[in-house]
Amino acid sequence: MTQPRRQYRPNVQAGAKLADAAPERRVKARRVSVKVRVVLLAALGAALYLSSLVFGGLYGRVANLAGAVLSIAAVVLWLVVLYLAPVPVTLPSGSRVLRPRSRVLLSLVFLTPTIVLALSVTRFDLDIIFRRGHYMTGILEKIFQPDFEYFNSVWQPLVDTIKMSLVGSAAGSFLSLPFAVLASANINNNAFTLSVLRVIINIIRTLPTLIIASVCALIFGLGTFAGTVAIAFFTFGVVAKMLYESIETIDMGPFQAMESLGATRFQAFWTACMPQILPTYLSHSLYSFEMNIRAASILGYVGAGGLGILIAERVGWRDYQGLGAVLLALFVTVLLIDNLSGYLRNRLS
Amino acid sequence: MSAITPSVNVLKSYEGRPRRWWKSALSFAVVAAALVWSGLGIEYKGVTSRGSDVAYGVLYGIFNPDTALLFDFGPFGVTYLLFETVAIALLGTLFGGLLAVPFAFLSSTKIVPRPVAFLVRSFVMMVRTIPSLVWALIWIRVTGPGPLCGVVTQSIVSIGMISKMYVTAIEDVDTRILESLNAMGCTPFQKIRYGILPQLTANMLSTIIYRFDINIKDASTLGIVGAGGIGAVLIQTISTRRWGMAGAFLTGMILLMLVIEYFSTRMRKRLAQGI
Repeated sequence: MTQPRRQYRPNVQAGAKLADAAPERRVKARRVSVKVRVVLLAALGAALYLSSLVFGGLYGRVANLAGAVLSIAAVVLWLVVLYLAPVPVTLPSGSRVLRPRSRVLLSLVFLTPTIVLALSVTRFDLDIIFRRGHYMTGILEKIFQPDFEYFNSVWQPLVDTIKMSLVGSAAGSFLSLPFAVLASANINNNAFTLSVLRVIINIIRTLPTLIIASVCALIFGLGTFAGTVAIAFFTFGVVAKMLYESIETIDMGPFQAMESLGATRFQAFWTACMPQILPTYLSHSLYSFEMNIRAASILGYVGAGGLGILIAERVGWRDYQGLGAVLLALFVTVLLIDNLSGYLRNRLS
Repeated sequence: MSAITPSVNVLKSYEGRPRRWWKSALSFAVVAAALVWSGLGIEYKGVTSRGSDVAYGVLYGIFNPDTALLFDFGPFGVTYLLFETVAIALLGTLFGGLLAVPFAFLSSTKIVPRPVAFLVRSFVMMVRTIPSLVWALIWIRVTGPGPLCGVVTQSIVSIGMISKMYVTAIEDVDTRILESLNAMGCTPFQKIRYGILPQLTANMLSTIIYRFDINIKDASTLGIVGAGGIGAVLIQTISTRRWGMAGAFLTGMILLMLVIEYFSTRMRKRLAQGI
């Protein structure tokens, strides 16, 4: 007699969305059993730990720590797997079902110590916030009464910010197109160049804009050019990543049809894939432009031009009404550009 | 072998296809004009006298990080600072996620009247537009420099995006389930527990994990204004041109972000599939 098995009901809506977005990925995903993974993890940990006994020096220290961490992780994972095994339950009707364990308790067991540790590391203290909170509300009050005379000096840096993000976004998106195409698995079949390109794109994307901007300000001197380069850099990473993910979901049927009709790979790509990629590409670029206006507004803080200079200056002088004027101008600009770009992106799709 | 002869109809409709070349030409011209206008406004003053040294130094630092610092587990080493960054982002996301709940319910037109929703939405929008760096500069007057400032800043800044995503989740809730629970005679508590929460949790968790990912990046730059985390020392080592140390901090940061992003993407995928 087969046992009826109760299963988790999948979140159908969200799952369907994901399946639409990447139909091939889901089929490709291999399932390695959790037990195999745990054993592999433990073996790796043990090997690292043992090797640290043989080799000394820096390698020894790192291997020692990594080995210990991996072994402990393996043991904990094993306990988790044991805990999560479904419990057989006999229903009043007599049939036996497998009841999945709730994960709430498990998450609490892991989350509570982490949160307590984080609270102590950050020296969290609600008392300070309540006792001195009126400083913040005082500043906010002043920010909400902007100094309208200050707008005259806001104008030029605001225009600079828009110019920086416009040119930066354009340059970054322009550069990202060839890289993104070469970093998509369905177009580039060479696994080596594919992974190298992806690693480069992902590393560039993880670098925070302010860090890039401060390096650029050291290289190109203070001013808008440094900010433009920083934004182009950042846009390159973001757009390339989003783009190669969308390129992997395009329909390759027309491409194969063109190739079988005798077109070269490039011709086939240009006529069959480009029309599919182009709207997404433009939409991603517009989206990054939208984000870059916000990002560019603070780059001046490290000397890369734009509104950030004013922000740093006003805060330094504790002129919060002037700061309010700067923020109001930024708010209106962001609102306008968000709406414009949202409208254009709607038209594109 | 017979030649492929397309039918007359196909050719006809191909000839009569809508041609909007002037539209694309116009948009191209507008974009080009905007780019030229902005391009002329950005002055290139050339590389500074030490510029090439800096560029070389950064690359040198990334490929030759100061390994002693990278594996220093004391309070000034890379590991501790990264840990502090993660702690700031974790608490900021958690508090932001909790604080966003009332805002999300108050700005959903399904629950409150339209004008109220509009008011709350514009308030959240305003909070969102103030850059996190500015929030940190304001909060630092309250908390003083240190990781606490980062936590408070991120709690406030995260509200905007998280509540916006919550609203979408709330408006997607299928209320027909509540009707069937009503018909079965469920109590209000049961209706919330079995009718609403299962529909919301996956989406909300996914949002929080995504925001955590963003907050890690953000927390690493907030240090620049003194809000704790790895940003402060990173900027200091870059501006004092200690490339080996800067390289160690950068390497640690990049590794941390890649690892966290990998796991966050994985978890969100599993949440979306409902496992």
